[in-house]
Amino acid sequence: MARETREARQPWLLLSPALATIFFLLVVPVLFVVVYSFWLRTANGSDQPGFYLTNWIEVVTDPFYRDILFNTLKIAAVTTLLCAVLGYPTAYFIARSRGNKAMLLMFLMLPFWISYIIRTMSWINILGVSGALNSMLLALGIIETPLQLLYNEATVILGLVHFLLPFMILNIYVSVEGIDETLEDAACSLGSTRWQSFLEVTLPLSLPGLAAGGLLCFVLAAGTYITPLVLGGPRDAMFANLVFEAIITQLDWPLGSALSLVLVAVLGTLVFVYNRFFGMAQLMKGLS
Amino acid sequence: MGWSIIRAWTAAVYLFMFLPVVVVVLLSFNDNQFGSFPITGFSFRWFIELWQNDAILRAFKTSIVLGTLTALISTFLGVLASLALVRYKIPGRDLISTLLIAPVLVPEVVLAVALLLFLNFLSFHKSFFLLLLGHVIFTLPFVVLVVQARLVSIRRDYEEAAMSLGANPVQAFFQITLPLLAPAVFAGMLFAFTISFDDITGTLFWKPGGIETVPTQIFSMLRNSISPEINALGSIMIILTVGLPLIGVGIARRIAMKQQ
Repeated sequence: MARETREARQPWLLLSPALATIFFLLVVPVLFVVVYSFWLRTANGSDQPGFYLTNWIEVVTDPFYRDILFNTLKIAAVTTLLCAVLGYPTAYFIARSRGNKAMLLMFLMLPFWISYIIRTMSWINILGVSGALNSMLLALGIIETPLQLLYNEATVILGLVHFLLPFMILNIYVSVEGIDETLEDAACSLGSTRWQSFLEVTLPLSLPGLAAGGLLCFVLAAGTYITPLVLGGPRDAMFANLVFEAIITQLDWPLGSALSLVLVAVLGTLVFVYNRFFGMAQLMKGLS
Repeated sequence: MGWSIIRAWTAAVYLFMFLPVVVVVLLSFNDNQFGSFPITGFSFRWFIELWQNDAILRAFKTSIVLGTLTALISTFLGVLASLALVRYKIPGRDLISTLLIAPVLVPEVVLAVALLLFLNFLSFHKSFFLLLLGHVIFTLPFVVLVVQARLVSIRRDYEEAAMSLGANPVQAFFQITLPLLAPAVFAGMLFAFTISFDDITGTLFWKPGGIETVPTQIFSMLRNSISPEINALGSIMIILTVGLPLIGVGIARRIAMKQQ
């Protein structure tokens, strides 16, 4: 009997440090942000506890925030779409290649390990006024003055695609790899063309991987503020930049709380919908 | 026919992934006095200037200490939790698993805000300690995933055999399970270190004034103007971040081989 209760207690003993960490450093703080969003920033710089709707009214009614939210979702959607278009054939190639799969995968993982900030800033070396592209065009005599290619929405998307593409490829790869190759052959032997058998057999079967990659790309893109700071112009702020501005620059923590909850609500809805259709297990496959 | 298009597409995608990295490395050895194009010759001058830059060296030290502590703590927490999840039947397993990976499901900006505000409320202000707690939180899910995946494949029989031969559960863990698990523990640690070393999103929220990590140092240098030392630093980080995992994989493989 005593041994049994000890047995039953053991897993909780093992779990408690990690669970306590998550509980006190994630769950409670996020709930605290909900409370904080109803507090009020006062003129003397301290935050007034209470139940004020001021921040929420500002966040919901001010078209400035709404426009940036929509723009953020648009940038994330375009980034995800580009990742899918660029990534699908690549993932398919790796999964179906007869060559050295492990090597192709390793090369895919390498940029993954290379610092995000370095990868982001490296585009300045390529697209900047004295960057690779401009010096090449100047040397070839195609242009006379350097082109201003950087610091706009397109370069923000470029940076995000470059950062997120490996996530997409890996997720699709995991899915395609699990599809029996003979299914396509069977479809072909029954009279469909290669393209048809891809569209009607492989593509639908790989949808879970595509969706998992898409969700990761979208959520990570929509939550970023570094890429717009490095590669975007002053008007390319994304929603997370608003949070950063409110918390770090203006020190308006109640407003920053409300803004970050908007981000959680929007992205959380997306994760929820995804979970209804595909379940979380698929996402875990791609992460590990 | 269709296959060759896919192959060309893949080649183009790989080129796209690597081009910026190659440019950084090329420019870091460039002799040009502005450190930009055209490339005028080979030189180590930017590395020497980097070496003489105290701010960067300090940031490097901070990042290494932070990454090491993060890796140790989150691996410790992650291994214990994975053991419980894989080795025991516990009620609410799915909920617990979801909780453990929750830090990757919440946008990092929100995680950063939440931790900052809550700990500030408890009178822990921005400090190295806050930075460490933050890094532990968002590296923990990765450790749990890596260790769990490996633990599932280690058969329970080995532990039971040891225990039937008289070992107690603690002995069985340290002498049987842990050695078998070592590659995953090592991989988890490396993963945690790399993620911590690379983080900027949360770090910018948590770091106190005066403390810089390598990414935040690079970031602050970028805002003034792009100095060629950054490319040299980039080169070193590329070599480190690419080299470390490769060494790690090598060591893990050797440990695994010794056991067989």
